[in-house]
Amino acid sequence: MAERHRADVLVSCLHGRCEELIPALEEEIKRRGLVGEVEVVEAGCRGLCAMGPVLLIQPEGLFYTNVGPADVPELVEETLIKGRVVERLTYKEPVTHQTVCRYEDIPFYKKQVRHVMRQCGLIDPQSIDEYIAVGGYQALAKVLSSMTPEQVIEEVKRSGLRGRGGAGFSTGAKWESTRRAKGEVRYVVANGDEGDPGAFMNRSLMEGDPHSIIEGMIIGAYAIGAHQGFIYVRDEYPLAVHNLQVALEQAREYGLLGTDILGSGFDFDIKIVRGAGAFVCGESSALMQSLEGKVGEPRPKHFHATERGLWDCPTALNNVETWANIPLIINNGADWFASIGTERSKGTKTFCLVGQVQNTGLIEVPLGIRLREIIYDIGGGIRGGGEFKAVQTGGPSGGCIPASMLDLPVDYDSLVEAGSMMGSGGMIVMDDHTCMVDVARYFLDFLKEESCGKCVPCREGIRRMLEILTRITEGQGTLTDLTTLEGLAKVVRSASLCGLGKSAPNPVLSTLHYFRDEYVAHIVDHRCPAKVCKALIEYSIDPEKCTGCGLCRRKCPREAISGERKEVHTIDAALCIKCGICHDVCRFDAVVVR
Amino acid sequence: MPRLKSIAELQQLRAQLQKDLGSRTETSTTITVGMGTCGISAGARDVMLAILDALNARGITAHVTTVGCIGMCHKEPLVDIQQGDEPRITYGNVTPKMVERIIEEHVVNGRVVEEWVVGRVEPAHRPAAGAGQEA
Repeated sequence: MAERHRADVLVSCLHGRCEELIPALEEEIKRRGLVGEVEVVEAGCRGLCAMGPVLLIQPEGLFYTNVGPADVPELVEETLIKGRVVERLTYKEPVTHQTVCRYEDIPFYKKQVRHVMRQCGLIDPQSIDEYIAVGGYQALAKVLSSMTPEQVIEEVKRSGLRGRGGAGFSTGAKWESTRRAKGEVRYVVANGDEGDPGAFMNRSLMEGDPHSIIEGMIIGAYAIGAHQGFIYVRDEYPLAVHNLQVALEQAREYGLLGTDILGSGFDFDIKIVRGAGAFVCGESSALMQSLEGKVGEPRPKHFHATERGLWDCPTALNNVETWANIPLIINNGADWFASIGTERSKGTKTFCLVGQVQNTGLIEVPLGIRLREIIYDIGGGIRGGGEFKAVQTGGPSGGCIPASMLDLPVDYDSLVEAGSMMGSGGMIVMDDHTCMVDVARYFLDFLKEESCGKCVPCREGIRRMLEILTRITEGQGTLTDLTTLEGLAKVVRSASLCGLGKSAPNPVLSTLHYFRDEYVAHIVDHRCPAKVCKALIEYSIDPEKCTGCGLCRRKCPREAISGERKEVHTIDAALCIKCGICHDVCRFDAVVVR
Repeated sequence: MPRLKSIAELQQLRAQLQKDLGSRTETSTTITVGMGTCGISAGARDVMLAILDALNARGITAHVTTVGCIGMCHKEPLVDIQQGDEPRITYGNVTPKMVERIIEEHVVNGRVVEEWVVGRVEPAHRPAAGAGQEA
């Protein structure tokens, strides 16, 4: 054809949309005397239907999109007669694919390695079908068809998986001692009682991919010989409870829970138990007390839960994230899992990145990653132009790590060495507007409320430490207070019954260690360097900058600010409650904090 | 739902589900709203209602589904749109007001509203490719 005609116009992607286009083209060609020179051909779909009708003009190879009958005269005149391109009709590279960043290239995701969270946000958590379609319950099938319980335990042990609740005990070793312990009845328990302020990794996992936890638990139950499991989840997570319930029902209907699972002869079922909101119930022995229907208080640790746990039966209790790692290890092998992370901390860990950081959210990174990479590469640095001061890992009873240690690798042992801990994975980033004494006071205030009161060192020790810290933030501290604090902290740490008390001194000790100068500034100079502690700061108005707009006067809740319109205003220190509203609303930076 | 009596039945079901889900995404538009607690508290429920309204008003058949948190809590509410074998496009900080334009430009006309886009997931990275198995 191309040889017989000077030009061909190939029309495609009409899809009945523009029936007049071809007649219009033919009419115009006839009118301009081009018949025989140019031929119009209706061609097949080019897959650009959204931009149709499209025209390809050969031999020039011109590609016009969204052509209508109104474009025809111009198109024939310019292109077919004068040989020029009609720019406005030319095909523009669709913006879709080239310009939009792939997830892997978004800085937030670039350094993340998403294994446990691989399906969160991608599959419908309330559909077991989607979970199965993406390979769900394949690990269970593998275990039931080709592995003995001992082989499963060996595989988990070899993978190097350590408890994701924070203590970091070897999961395989825990399972092994549970299996070996004497007793007819054994239990598996998933700890979803995430209580740390600012932490929500477990919630997201339970909400976003509940079946991965359930699959892990069935495998664990098979390995240790349990027939009943419990998921302990806090009632403040209604969506997590709901999604888990839906997931359990679906698994039961498919026969993945119940009797004779997949024809293997193995029986197992799971029950959800909702916690009533006590922080201490995240501690394993208190959790089991609560599961038994008793007051949630920790037990003395004469026996391991692996020997005498729930109702005095051998119990394997793991964090929900630990359980969700199990199907991965079975599917991909212990060697694959052990290839991620560091020598003694294997695999990935989810963290909640919150506080004064640009990109807050839920991240999953290989263990051993540097704090700097998490805060700057993934988190995008400090929000609001401030300077990094510290990051607290491990929840309210974790320690604060200073800027000088940003290159610390994030793994179980390095964090403990630095005076903090892994915890379940909260990560609170603080900038230079944060007072470290106030931070320590704040967390002890939380822990004072949450201490169950069963043992004296925790119940009384935390209160005494809090009293001293409050005194310091009010400018009434003495230097001997610091020694007393350290002494108290050591007693609470060594003599408390459970993890809550044992780790409660962490915020105090770590801030005392890394930010001692701030304590001294409060005590000796009666000054709060971050300008947070109300008793030590004063608000005033800079007469040079004040324009007399009156905004602060109108916003002040105590009517402590006075001044005529367009004249310099003043703050009455006797009335001022140091709420800081005037400072926040002033558009001229005229309110000064000292 | 059938009770699975053997591992062979599980594998059979998986193959069937993969096919079903595959053809669902290939032949129609799937709109996914992030509805974890973070999404809901950022207003995802209103966004989803606005999407359903906009689809109804235009008589568009699309598969609207919900997922949990993908981690970018600072960009919630997140809405993903996937058409045929195109990449899955994610919009961030979506408000009900933005829905109209996203449906009009992206779903109807196939033009991505670039200024609101957060990222894309290539078809190969979609869960239907069996991500659970990969190393």
